[in-house]
Amino acid sequence: MEILTIIAVVAIIVSFIANRNKTWAGIKKGLVMFLKILPAILSVLILISIVLSLLPNELILKHLGEEAGITGFVFAAIAGSVALLPGFIAYPLSGMLVKTGVSYPVIAVFITTLMMVGVMTLPIEIKFFGMRISLIRNTLYFFGALLIGFFIGLFYL
Amino acid sequence: MKEIVKKNWLNFIIIAAFAAFTALSFYLGFSPGENIFTDHFYSFFKEMILFLPLMFILIGLGDIWINRDKVEKHIGKDSGFKGIVLVIFLSMAQVGPLYGAFPVTYLLWKKGASIRNIFIYIGAFCTIKIPMITFEIGFLGWKFSLLRTLFTLPIIIIIGILMEKLWKNKSFEVKQP
Repeated sequence: MEILTIIAVVAIIVSFIANRNKTWAGIKKGLVMFLKILPAILSVLILISIVLSLLPNELILKHLGEEAGITGFVFAAIAGSVALLPGFIAYPLSGMLVKTGVSYPVIAVFITTLMMVGVMTLPIEIKFFGMRISLIRNTLYFFGALLIGFFIGLFYL
Repeated sequence: MKEIVKKNWLNFIIIAAFAAFTALSFYLGFSPGENIFTDHFYSFFKEMILFLPLMFILIGLGDIWINRDKVEKHIGKDSGFKGIVLVIFLSMAQVGPLYGAFPVTYLLWKKGASIRNIFIYIGAFCTIKIPMITFEIGFLGWKFSLLRTLFTLPIIIIIGILMEKLWKNKSFEVKQP
């Protein structure tokens, strides 16, 4: 975050020195884009917040553990696809899950789907790419994530 | 402004309903309602509201300053393997969540990046950003991070090539939201 702030401030200053009018035009253009996408992002965040508060961590744990077997993978893939967790929550959570007995391959599937597939963010993605491309991208990434999880699993047998 | 409201009427209903629900929860002391706001919504919102406006300002500036010919030459249709490597390095240096990558792809597309490189950018963005990798190593260890990066790279490149094949002769477009 700090890095982004520094980059943005430096970029604005450099741009401002180079050309004042161009800089204002650029900033305005960026902020208009931001305002256009803001309602979609807010409602996505609201829906995620509601879903997350309905799904307690213990429930997730129960279905991802050793005894869950293959259903553990399926559940990890679905949970990862639907959830939208920032890294600073997802990695501590994964670390915690590993300590409580969830295997690395299951974690790998969870992490890869979490990062690559965004069911909850589809409304935002569709605004940029349209329905078809967004659905195909997410489907391809879903299977790609499963494949990555599978390969990682081979190294933890 | 009118256009924004027209395109987002459903989102505005969701936002208004949630605002009313949250206000009522705090007023009546309904703790599940309070938790949804403070534990979940607010923590996401805080991250987003700091990060996204800066991101979009950078994109606006990029749109004005970046030269289309240069982008097209380096990561455009005929950029080949070097283009792939360049896009991967570009995305590794990024920060933020997946929905922050889409506006960047809009800029890349507008400036002439190839379909393949746009999807490789998204893939690399969501899986191997450097700030995230350091975090991953901390919690899940070197072995896990290394294996994941190693298997992820070929798969996102293959998917990028696949997406380009799928849309080669069709109208592909990254829209301005």
